[in-house]
Amino acid sequence: MSRADVLVDADWAEAHLDDPEIVFVEVDEDVSAYDGGHIRNAVRLDWTKELQQPEARDLIDRDAFSALMSDKGISNDHAVVLYGGNNNWFAAYAYWQFKYYGHENVQLLDGGRKKWELDGRELVKDVPSRDKTDYQAKEADPSIRAFRDEVVTSIGQKNLVDVRSPDEFSGKIKAPAHLPQEQSQRAGHIPSAINIPWSKAAADDGTFRSDDELAKLYGDQGFDDSRSTIAYCRIGERSSHTWFVLHELLGKQDVKNYDGSWAEYGSLVGVPIQKDV
Amino acid sequence: MCGAPDQDTLPALEVSAGEAVVHGCVVRDGEPLPGAYVRLLGESGDFTAEVQSSATGYFRFYAAGGDWTLRTLYRGGSVDTKVTAQHGQVVEAKVVVPA
Repeated sequence: MSRADVLVDADWAEAHLDDPEIVFVEVDEDVSAYDGGHIRNAVRLDWTKELQQPEARDLIDRDAFSALMSDKGISNDHAVVLYGGNNNWFAAYAYWQFKYYGHENVQLLDGGRKKWELDGRELVKDVPSRDKTDYQAKEADPSIRAFRDEVVTSIGQKNLVDVRSPDEFSGKIKAPAHLPQEQSQRAGHIPSAINIPWSKAAADDGTFRSDDELAKLYGDQGFDDSRSTIAYCRIGERSSHTWFVLHELLGKQDVKNYDGSWAEYGSLVGVPIQKDV
Repeated sequence: MCGAPDQDTLPALEVSAGEAVVHGCVVRDGEPLPGAYVRLLGESGDFTAEVQSSATGYFRFYAAGGDWTLRTLYRGGSVDTKVTAQHGQVVEAKVVVPA
């Protein structure tokens, strides 16, 4: 797999907006952003209401993913191009979920909404009408998703990559600095985790850094290529961004996203936590 | 402040002892600039958070105390603004984008 298989740039996207084989999908942290203007012909996925279960804290199941895709007019054969705000955090989370349910052809738009806007490219308010499909999701792929028990037994054994900001990692704050400070019961990080913030993998405009820069970034921070890897953040979106970098761009083997992340781990009873402040 | 508070999207402004609030507005030609990307960078230049200025140009971060740089991206360029925050306090910053 190469970068071109998983990533498209804005020029390419702009030239393919009317391609019937491609569905552009916007996924934002602020789910109302789509209403204010979106890429022409793009449909919206609401991560809070559509990609997660309404009650239990979990991803939607296979049948629900099939029904969701069918309702959105996405077929198993469509090429899906995901993009969103927040440097593609939530688009990367959706990308990981598409892969989790076995969608073959899915890509991220490099730079997401931010670069598109900063370039001054067209945004529209028309919501496209798409015919319903009969989407069949595949069995969930456990090789890319980590749960808490595996995380605990991986301490000191696997690369645990904490992709949050340094202040969240050290335990100074519990949530990203654009959110009120709440969430987990305890602050800090999983013992033996290395702190490689997701943001180091992206330029100011949200585009991913080059493969050479990315390889150097993780190598310099103590990433061990001989070990399996689990990435985590606070609720699993930023770590999806890093999962994308490690697994999809750099092609590293056995990389999982721990979507429970610090919101779960930092509230567990009886697990070890390291705090640096 | 930068015109009407953006009450649709943000909770009322409160600051607890364990955090510092950095907020303010982005202006160009004396007018609020919506849609700018404001990045909060730490003392070593490390990225900490990013928000987009609201319809009234407003932005807000819940940060730790310390010296911060607000790097504001807009169509055509970016501008850096320095700000110092202290735990338990609210600090207001004005980002002026070149006309």
